[in-house]
Amino acid sequence: MAQDLVNTLADLKEQEAIGIVKDRLSAGEDPLKILEDARKGMEIVGNRFASSEYFIPDLVYSGEILKAVSELVKPKLTKAAESKKLDKIVFGTVAGDIHDIGKDIVVFMLDVNGFEVHDLGVDIPAQKFVEKIKETDAPIVGLSGFLTLAFDSMKETVEAMKAAGLRDKVKVMIGGGQITEEVRKYTGADAYGKDAMAGVSLAKKWASAK
Amino acid sequence: MEKKWEEMTPDEKQEARFQKWLSPEGVKFASPEAEKLYKERATRIKDAIQMKKKPDRVPVLLIPSFFPAFYSGLTPRDVMYDYEKANNAWKKFYVDFQPDAHFGCVAPGPGRFFDILDYKLYKWPGHGVPNNITYQCNEGEYMKADEYEAFLQDPTHFFNTTVMPRIFGALEPFKQLPNVTTINEMYGTGIIFYPYGLPDVQTAFKALLEAGSEALKWLGYFMAFEKEMPALGFPSGQAGYTKAPYDILGDTLRGTRGIMADMYRQPEKLIEAMDKMTPFWIQKGIIESNMNSNPLIFLPLHKGADGFMSDEQYKKFYWPYLKKLLLGLIDAGVVPFLWAEGGSNSRLEVIQDLPKGKTVWLFDAVDMIKAKEILGDVACIAGNMPMDLLTIGTPQQVKDYAKKLIDNCGEGGGYIIANCAFFDDVKPENVRTMVEFTKEYGVYK
Repeated sequence: MAQDLVNTLADLKEQEAIGIVKDRLSAGEDPLKILEDARKGMEIVGNRFASSEYFIPDLVYSGEILKAVSELVKPKLTKAAESKKLDKIVFGTVAGDIHDIGKDIVVFMLDVNGFEVHDLGVDIPAQKFVEKIKETDAPIVGLSGFLTLAFDSMKETVEAMKAAGLRDKVKVMIGGGQITEEVRKYTGADAYGKDAMAGVSLAKKWASAK
Repeated sequence: MEKKWEEMTPDEKQEARFQKWLSPEGVKFASPEAEKLYKERATRIKDAIQMKKKPDRVPVLLIPSFFPAFYSGLTPRDVMYDYEKANNAWKKFYVDFQPDAHFGCVAPGPGRFFDILDYKLYKWPGHGVPNNITYQCNEGEYMKADEYEAFLQDPTHFFNTTVMPRIFGALEPFKQLPNVTTINEMYGTGIIFYPYGLPDVQTAFKALLEAGSEALKWLGYFMAFEKEMPALGFPSGQAGYTKAPYDILGDTLRGTRGIMADMYRQPEKLIEAMDKMTPFWIQKGIIESNMNSNPLIFLPLHKGADGFMSDEQYKKFYWPYLKKLLLGLIDAGVVPFLWAEGGSNSRLEVIQDLPKGKTVWLFDAVDMIKAKEILGDVACIAGNMPMDLLTIGTPQQVKDYAKKLIDNCGEGGGYIIANCAFFDDVKPENVRTMVEFTKEYGVYK
């Protein structure tokens, strides 16, 4: 039955997945085990997205199914789930820009690939990034932006890290609709990602390089 | 004897619309030179689109977001609230850069109108984002997942009493408005109308009247601009706009996440809703083309981009309804000017299923060589001048890229050089280089 939940979730069979969760809960199973299977299912979703078998709607829908599963499981949880995570990553859309779809996809993919992502949200001032980096000691930072006006916000955010003495301690990636190598140079970031998978590859490379 | 409109073929209708556009009624050209420029430019664009003969050179179009404001030392906030300043800035932009068409002074929109109605759907400069930042959409489900039935039963009533109260704070009381399609006998009619007497509904109507006056005031400036630009030698590049049915539902009703989930959870309802909206948006395009004596109707595409759905989903949910809309416009002689935002590489094969010389496809991110190869016999392609180059590149980089575009796409006509996405605070010298280089290098021999 464990495998059933992993696969039905990975195959985006919402009703079946929810049915299985309900059955397992009423059979008195450890809710943490159910969540762990759901996590495995999401990992497969991420892999399928990475290999272009799945597209953005599949990610979004899997997230919807996971939400429904979590809502069923959460009331039965007695202790918080423990999970071993890879590196911490501070992520957000830069100041003046409220676009979140691209950012959310990258955060999703980083999360299912085992990173501990601190998603600050959208329209995040440079100083907030700095504070969060200090607080979490995260070695990786992701800056998202859709507007060309975000180029300057990204640049300012990287400069704020420098001013706070953090620049040597973090690797910075940027991404968004109009982001290219030219923009990377302009902002002073370490790398840019063309899509979510590029972001994951960068994070993995940086995490293992330490 | 001239053929009656209803007896004309789509081809004849298109030609008739182009002819009206080529010789605009009631325009007093500022000079013989302006008139000559106007005709040359309009002919150039027409030839590129119709693909019957090669234009004299590759047309060059600039479709700005708030660039004209920045270029005049103004903020987006300034031009959303001061309509005269907006007109002057946009005029200066077109006159200084001399592209082959103008796209109206429409981007800013009337700031005070949105203030009066407490518009919730967007943040705009000085209202949620700083004065120097462009407007941005507040993603949300302004139509809920379980509201398809109500929407399908009566979209107009649904907009009046559900969508409007959600997107305009000042119109929240409209939730109480009656459905006037039940007016029938004298008996009972009085009861239907009582909500119009409620104090909060009346306050909402007062706001609506005030907002209407503001929109009208703004429109005065807008129309003055539309009149002045042709007189100065710039044909209008858009009579109005319409949208793809999937985007109509996805952008501001169900939201990106909502509509994606609908493809799995309630595909039939989604399809029915797109079907329902399509005639409204065909009609909108035709009416705007008629009103402004211009065949070109702009059509921004959003949620069918590469990655935003699978190939099967594109063929099931996006393309059939977009195609229906396009054919509806084409049948009436209207020319859809599509702007495919985001990537389009995976869509090229699908969208080539259109009659020749009837559409323009402006691409953001696409392999332009492939686009020319696949669409070259079907449609005029356009765009692809990248934002990073215009924003932080050098004139030389812009020139090199423009050369590549003209070399790759210009052959035989059927290409218009243009920015890949609406532009804000880019370097003026880069914009100038793009136009001037095209005028020099893009000439067909």
